[in-house]
Amino acid sequence: MASDMAHLRGKTACVGAAAWGCGEQPGWSSLEIMGQNARLALADAGLTIADVDGVWAATAVHAMPSMSLAEHLGIVPKYSSGSNIGGSSFMSHVLDAALHLDAGLIDVALIAYGSNQRTQGGFRSASEPVPFESQYDVRLPINAYALAAARYMHEFGATRAHLAEVAVAARGWASHNPEAFTRDPITVDDVLGARMISDPLGKLDCCLVTDGGGALVMVRADRAADHAKPIYLLGAGMAHDHRMISEMPTLTTTCAVEAGERAFAMAGMGPGDMQTVQLYDAFTINTVLFLEDLGFCAKGEGKDFVGGGHIAPGGGLPVNTNGGGLSCVHPGMYGLFVLIEAIRQCRGAAPGLQIPDATVSLAHGNGGVLSSQVTTIWGTADAL
Amino acid sequence: MGPEAQFKAYLADGKFMIQRSASTGRYVFYPRKFIPGTGEDDLEWVEAQGTGTVHSTTVNRRSPEKGGTFNVALIDLDEGVRMLSRVVGMAPEDVSIGLKVRATIGELHGEPAVMWEAA
Repeated sequence: MASDMAHLRGKTACVGAAAWGCGEQPGWSSLEIMGQNARLALADAGLTIADVDGVWAATAVHAMPSMSLAEHLGIVPKYSSGSNIGGSSFMSHVLDAALHLDAGLIDVALIAYGSNQRTQGGFRSASEPVPFESQYDVRLPINAYALAAARYMHEFGATRAHLAEVAVAARGWASHNPEAFTRDPITVDDVLGARMISDPLGKLDCCLVTDGGGALVMVRADRAADHAKPIYLLGAGMAHDHRMISEMPTLTTTCAVEAGERAFAMAGMGPGDMQTVQLYDAFTINTVLFLEDLGFCAKGEGKDFVGGGHIAPGGGLPVNTNGGGLSCVHPGMYGLFVLIEAIRQCRGAAPGLQIPDATVSLAHGNGGVLSSQVTTIWGTADAL
Repeated sequence: MGPEAQFKAYLADGKFMIQRSASTGRYVFYPRKFIPGTGEDDLEWVEAQGTGTVHSTTVNRRSPEKGGTFNVALIDLDEGVRMLSRVVGMAPEDVSIGLKVRATIGELHGEPAVMWEAA
């Protein structure tokens, strides 16, 4: 039987969100940061720990994160999952939670993340050595994204200056966001002149390394109206097509194509309906690829689409309005923060620049080495 | 022994071997017991031609104290499969997409490793 997920449209909503401990949070463990976010998101939802019966979590340091979190909070869940597909795990948790809520297996879903990686010595990956690649001292994830960026530049005549526009736009948004970790405006020349790390990606083409955590609370739509600002899940879709960069079918096209098509189909919407677009920008090339693959522009045109301030404040399409992983926050796994910014924009409560009357936002997650792609679409009651 | 161990055993004997389906002639890398997706399991080991093209390339800007810069590249083998490796014998930043390369068996971390140099 062909799957038809369209019935999930608008059946669940986010009623609580928190992003706490972002930047530097010395002396706190990842679990404590995650736990604090869970409490804040529940308070935001007007709910308590005792109301939660579904728990999702993924981190770079816990083998069984949903059990660690549930124990820390004192929850005995009816369902929990620590499924990890990299930075997009949290979008997949949203889809998973929506299915469990809609099926009536649970009533209140908690999705959380926490990391102290910045104050604990820098980037830390949960990844195991990969067969047939690790022997070459491949530096992951950055080498993989650099290989994709180099190939993109070769195929489509893009330059490092094209990619730099992504970083400049992200910093432009961040400069208005008091929660952003880096706020000093930068220029294309700053990006081009930054220390090279893995050609063609320099330091300012790469995401931040911060501490931070976040949490979301989701309920069924029939309960959502009891809450102050429910933001409904209108669409979600996922796909992944490789684990290692040497196995990626086409370096310049991600399976955000399939994930986006599925999410748009569920929502009954298209790219033109998105009032804000939040994309997992671990590196500048990500934003270019995902804008193309999600249908905001044609393949190969992303390099020009991101230029001229088009995705910067005051431009034609608000992209990564918090400053993104490049300039706002990136504590190892950034996916939950992508979701939180999309939801805050729909609530009219963005910490930085608020897009006026935003009722629909897209939050797209990426995991691994351009591997897992999960698209979600959120909207207010007006968008139902 | 599994396909990964078999590959390494061949390499230790100085042979760069990859797999090919006897019925369809399709090659697969990295080594498996079947071709992913389609499932042909009639794979036989054949010596790689050892010729290919750089599909993409990057330079790891490692500090001199940690060993210095080195190349990481994706190589499209003429058999139609891709592998991640290094191009050696030239400056890492001079490796370019489209460069024709040939395989050489070198050593990394005390173990034999397939690497590539300009053809």
